[in-house]
Amino acid sequence: MQLGLSHFLALSALLFSIGLYGVLTRRNAVAILMGIELMLNAANVNLVAFNRYVSPGVMPGQVFALVVITLAACEAAVGLALVMAAYRSLETVHVDEINLLKW
Amino acid sequence: MSWALEILKASLYAVIVFTFAAVFAAMLGVYLERKISGWIQARVGPKHVGPQGILQTVADTIKLLQKENIVPRNADFLVFSTAPLIVTVAALLGYVVIPWGKLGDWILIVRDLNIGVLYFAAVSSLIVIGILTGGWSSNNKYALLGGLRSASQLISYELPLGFAIISVAMMAGSLSTVDIVNAQRDVWFVFKQPLAFLIFLIAAAAETNRIPFDLPEAESELVAGYFAEYTGMRFALFQLGEYAEMLAMAAMTTVLFLGGWRGPWLPPILWFFIKTYAVVFFFMWVRWTYPRLRIDQLLNLSWKVLLPLGLLNILGTGLVVTLAR
Amino acid sequence: MRGEMAAFILLAAVTVIPAIVVVTSRNIVRAALSLVPTFLGVSGLYVLLQAEFVTAIQVLIYAGAITVLILFVIMLTAGGTGLPVRQVNEQVPLGILVAGALAGGLLFVLLRAPWPMVSGEMPRYNARAIGTALLTNYALVFEVTSLVLLVSLIGAIIIARREGS
Repeated sequence: MQLGLSHFLALSALLFSIGLYGVLTRRNAVAILMGIELMLNAANVNLVAFNRYVSPGVMPGQVFALVVITLAACEAAVGLALVMAAYRSLETVHVDEINLLKW
Repeated sequence: MSWALEILKASLYAVIVFTFAAVFAAMLGVYLERKISGWIQARVGPKHVGPQGILQTVADTIKLLQKENIVPRNADFLVFSTAPLIVTVAALLGYVVIPWGKLGDWILIVRDLNIGVLYFAAVSSLIVIGILTGGWSSNNKYALLGGLRSASQLISYELPLGFAIISVAMMAGSLSTVDIVNAQRDVWFVFKQPLAFLIFLIAAAAETNRIPFDLPEAESELVAGYFAEYTGMRFALFQLGEYAEMLAMAAMTTVLFLGGWRGPWLPPILWFFIKTYAVVFFFMWVRWTYPRLRIDQLLNLSWKVLLPLGLLNILGTGLVVTLAR
Repeated sequence: MRGEMAAFILLAAVTVIPAIVVVTSRNIVRAALSLVPTFLGVSGLYVLLQAEFVTAIQVLIYAGAITVLILFVIMLTAGGTGLPVRQVNEQVPLGILVAGALAGGLLFVLLRAPWPMVSGEMPRYNARAIGTALLTNYALVFEVTSLVLLVSLIGAIIIARREGS
């Protein structure tokens, strides 16, 4: 069986679902961020795979993969800063205990 | 079945690089360190095992191999035993793109990747994961502090390191290490890029956790930092990783700035090792001469001095490259 | 060709198995550490797809920087003790259901859709092609991304800073 686009798409679908499961079930805010990183990686695999199999020769997929990686770094930096700030004032990183606005 | 052959070749290369090149280089590194420190401090250094103590590190390695592997109580065993491997493997991965010399038309390099220097920066950034996990899994506050310091230090100095590499790659017009060496046919990049050379040297010293940047393992404050709890072979692996990384950084300095294997009269391999060990000697000289920085001084140096300088250097290089075209 | 397939299966295993550990492990540090093989596996997939430059950036930023940042924050907050704390909320069955349904749906759609496949080779020297694309056709994307990067840099510093210092 020859390696093709469908293999990569299947893998990225799996990776995305695993990441989604992490985002839905984790309590720790950092773990939720980890799930989001997995989902972004899955999207990146898709972008690069489509670039390879649908439009080889030009680079849109890889360029946008790079953009996604950059934005993932931004998201991690801001997200983790928020976690630190929340931990400092509420002394917890569990999102189900950060419920000050739910009164 | 060409891919099976490829895998076989890759494993063979890995075995050769790991057992011979790296272990030998690390042993030589430790021996040189002790001799040079002795010389700088007006001592004689190791003297008893072998002529001029040259077999001292071999004896030390054999001793370390026989020692018991102690795992601290309540330590995370799996992570604890993986951490030294991460450090060593990440340090050795960088060797793949280093061109050691030239025999006729055959360049002695495991693989001339077209993203060579970027690959080098990427794999050497993996070391910090091993250090951080080693520090955390030891279940020891000094080890954890050493690991955290190391993480902040390595992340801070990766950027100036990358900037120095980028300015060289801009001059050479390529990311491949072989192309970069070939681009230094007339003038070494150390003369064209003195600022990048300086930044690279400082950042390399910081990346290898050496004095004046050895805060992660500051003996007087943190016992031994992140590997305080390690014994026997795992400790030896940390040492191996550290010296392998130092040699890799020195070799990369040679490739990027000192013309790689190029030089008159002597064979290229010899030139490469002369230059590399000159850089190694420089690192050791600095280590045994200068005091340690404080953590805030260390981070200020990276973020407030080296980073803006590196950016300005890239800007200037870009201007020169564009105007000269 | 069989070699590529073997490499893909290996890399897929290296990617997916640690990813499952990431979302299920009770020890948050182990979960964060499992991100490393996942990211490295994905970078291996990029090599298979002839995207060398993206590979290097993936290792450099994801495995080398984001993971370290995550580990750093875990160790600075209470998660770093490694003591077993309840890591999941009450949505586990629902999460399994949603994730499973999404995986099934995605696989069903993605594998049946007729993609306009074109056979061809990627450019030999990847980094140059990407650089040219970034500064010509995608210059706007490039500029906006750099703006976002700057904003998030400043934002992260301001958020994480202690008040009054």
